[in-house]
Amino acid sequence: MRRYIIVGTGAAGISAAEAIRCHDPQGNILLISEEKDGYYSRPGLAYYLTGEITERQLYPFSERDFRRLNANRKHVRAVRIHTQAHQLVLGDGELLSYDRLLIATGAMAAPVKTPGAQLAGVAKLDNLEDARCILKQAHKGHSAVVVGGGITALEIVEGLAEHGVKVHYFLRGDRYWGNVLDEVESHIVEHRLIEEGVQIHYQTELVEILGKRGRVAGVRTKDGRQVKCDLVAIAIGVLARKELAEASGLQTERGILVDEFLQTSDPDVFAAGDVAQVFDPASGKALLDSLWGPAREQGSAAGCTMAGLQTPYYKRTPFNVTRLARLTTTIIGSIGGGRDDDVLGIVRGDSEAWRQIPDAIAAQSDFDVNHLRVLVGEHTLVGAILMGDQTLSLPLQHLITDRVDITPIHERLLQPKAPVADLIADFWTEWRGQHAA
Amino acid sequence: MDIKNLLKQESTRRQALITGYVVPEAFRCVQCGICSFYCPINIDVRRHAWLGEPVKDSHCLTCGECVTRCPRGVLRFERTNLFEPEK
Repeated sequence: MRRYIIVGTGAAGISAAEAIRCHDPQGNILLISEEKDGYYSRPGLAYYLTGEITERQLYPFSERDFRRLNANRKHVRAVRIHTQAHQLVLGDGELLSYDRLLIATGAMAAPVKTPGAQLAGVAKLDNLEDARCILKQAHKGHSAVVVGGGITALEIVEGLAEHGVKVHYFLRGDRYWGNVLDEVESHIVEHRLIEEGVQIHYQTELVEILGKRGRVAGVRTKDGRQVKCDLVAIAIGVLARKELAEASGLQTERGILVDEFLQTSDPDVFAAGDVAQVFDPASGKALLDSLWGPAREQGSAAGCTMAGLQTPYYKRTPFNVTRLARLTTTIIGSIGGGRDDDVLGIVRGDSEAWRQIPDAIAAQSDFDVNHLRVLVGEHTLVGAILMGDQTLSLPLQHLITDRVDITPIHERLLQPKAPVADLIADFWTEWRGQHAA
Repeated sequence: MDIKNLLKQESTRRQALITGYVVPEAFRCVQCGICSFYCPINIDVRRHAWLGEPVKDSHCLTCGECVTRCPRGVLRFERTNLFEPEK
């Protein structure tokens, strides 16, 4: 009977366990998680913070689902892998033998080095426990300073604002998420935040968190200003949790390097999800994603290969649907470039592939409160961002992912003031009609 | 909204209720659970989204609550052809 160990119980780990069980009904599967909360929806924390769902709702698997999976679970830290001996060393000193092991430890918030970061009332949003901690301190009439960029910073800003907390949002530069959004898109988000009562401080850098009796009392900025607050939340990006791989002598860069079978430098150790740095044939680089979809697909492919069914993972066009300042936003393909001083590297809900400079021209249009920008390549659409009305979200996902030839509308899309949304909608209707037959 | 539009909207809604079921796009789903939370008869819509299976539960009212509430556009109505005349 083959012994499988999966370290990490996020989307990648659980998908791997399901894939293994599907191809190996007898194998012994052990899920190891340092976090006592086990498997829950990390993206769902945004809706937990705003009060749209309860904590109980964050858990997609019931005990019955775990029983069906026939996997054992253990809450303990994994310290080192003895790859030659096929043994995993646990934090409590126990040694576990394995035949195949998957590292799916995810990513963690980049540590904060600002003086005062150890004070009570300094928060991050890495996991469920952090979300509970933020909610406990989100009292009406209190004030908070949020520092950072990307989706996580906004999740905290909106969660706090929803609970009546006065939020000061610090941006180092002139706009929000500058390496994924263009100026118009950044300003749409900022404008909506201001309407919600959030005070945005541009070109503002936090240099010190001030305390009183061990608790946050305020912050000091680089230009010498002081802002009083009861809570400081920081979301400056995430780092792959690759310590286990490093301690075990596996090859790493920004994440754990894996081939198309999610295999690390040791053939019996695999990596998947936010911790895996996967080779992307489109860009010729090994890139990180911090997205649920790819984590699930990687976990599934790794699980199949571990169970003996060699299954390659090919990086798909990165895609995410998220909410930015309560505006549903779809981001697909290569759309970015530039820089963002508010984050280090990657943030949650992010893909490094979004920032690969595309060989394309942007066409955009605004309609009512909605905004659409598509990146037009030579014969295909290579990226898109859609804010507000999501009617075109699914069509754009297919047109970009399947690299559909858009030659018939190429020229019209690039004309000044082109009705981009209408052109794409009409093209999609016709294309789908022809290909459904 | 004039009466004609109102009636048209209501007619479209009713038509969706009797001829459609809820279909998930698994790749868009992040298992946040909002769909199951707001289902008035406690169907585990999230599980269907994880498995990429349409909600063919006979108890489903096709009320559209999950479709509307999903913050990521995972769910949509699809026609069943159940009530269409045979050709």
